[in-house]
Amino acid sequence: MKTCLVVDDSSVIRKVARRILEGLEFQIVEAENGEDAIESCKRQLPDAILLDWNMPKMDGYDFLRVLRRLPGGDRPKVVFCTTENDVAHIARALHAGANEYIMKPFDKEIVEAKFQEVGLI
Amino acid sequence: MTPQDYDYLRRRLKERSGLVLSADKEYLVESRLLPVARKAGLTGLAELVHVVMSGHNEALMTAVVEAMTTNESFFFRDKIPFDNFRAVIMPALIAARRKTRAIRIWCAAASCGQEPYSLAMCLKEMEREIAGWRIELLATDLSNEVLEKARQGIYSQFEVQRGLPIQLLIKHFTQTGELWQLAPSIRAMVKYRQLNLLSDFFHLGTFDLIFCRNVLIYFDQETKSDVLGRLARIVASDGYLVLGAAETVVGLTDSFKIVPDKRGLYVPNTDWPKISRPTAGQRAPRLVAINGGSR
Repeated sequence: MKTCLVVDDSSVIRKVARRILEGLEFQIVEAENGEDAIESCKRQLPDAILLDWNMPKMDGYDFLRVLRRLPGGDRPKVVFCTTENDVAHIARALHAGANEYIMKPFDKEIVEAKFQEVGLI
Repeated sequence: MTPQDYDYLRRRLKERSGLVLSADKEYLVESRLLPVARKAGLTGLAELVHVVMSGHNEALMTAVVEAMTTNESFFFRDKIPFDNFRAVIMPALIAARRKTRAIRIWCAAASCGQEPYSLAMCLKEMEREIAGWRIELLATDLSNEVLEKARQGIYSQFEVQRGLPIQLLIKHFTQTGELWQLAPSIRAMVKYRQLNLLSDFFHLGTFDLIFCRNVLIYFDQETKSDVLGRLARIVASDGYLVLGAAETVVGLTDSFKIVPDKRGLYVPNTDWPKISRPTAGQRAPRLVAINGGSR
């Protein structure tokens, strides 16, 4: 079973994402911010990361830059999932090493399509 | 809606569009046609059926057909047909058409444009290989309403996120609030026309590739066989047919053969008794040139 780290400061979003991704047969790990997510990745790298942008302590963009420098940190497929829905943010995320980008609000079909696009399902 | 009203609508929809509705789809008819009735200033479905029955309001009947046949679509739907387009179909056609340097493609159920535009974006990615080629991309649909949306190429945030890779979104679309519009250069690659698959389409000429996806599923067996038989007559003998994931030619026609290990991909059966099947040399009047070597 593949693992997905869901990083979002909203417990509601984490709950919704968990329900969708468990339906796609992912094992879920949660983190509330970028710092906790880095600690989680240092313990065990997931196959996928669903990543919010705006979070306290460390935001998603900074998390991604740190992640990609970790040993093996290039392996997880990172899918941003954020309300930052403009082209400039999308371009920045891709430049920093994001594999896909979900603009909130989202639904199961969108998550499934994006995960399929990057070869996770 | 009375059972008689429902039966009447089912019969008329079958005649006009080939759409087959089972007896348990009354809820679908109600949910789709109530807005049509309201828009027309009618009190409800009973009055709508009454007006349609009178035969004096063709526009209303068209609206009914369009409301019932409009189906959701998304970019790069099912992914595999587009992988096959890039890796199997186009390389084979490019090799086979080196002399004429012309390829004709038809999307027979274009809906709001996501499918033809997905193909157009694939073609854009391979523009080096087809530089100087004449590629025609015709997209048809029964519904004028969806074709108008297709021509505009404007999609919601939800629509652009279903199947469209993010790199292609930022490369080919411009954003206005929560709407995204496809670049004029991609839109110009597709020519749209209204067409009912139940009517004759021989006049469209020969195609090297026909995408006819997720429309046959709404037809009964006889109509499916009829449409497939007529498609076989306008696909080049070395051309391709692509059907939807839930569709097949098996048990319907011998005019096409399955391409092994390529889901949804079919080629003309050369053993099939042809009735004046056009050859690749017989071309219809040109519709639109999308790659005349200027790029």
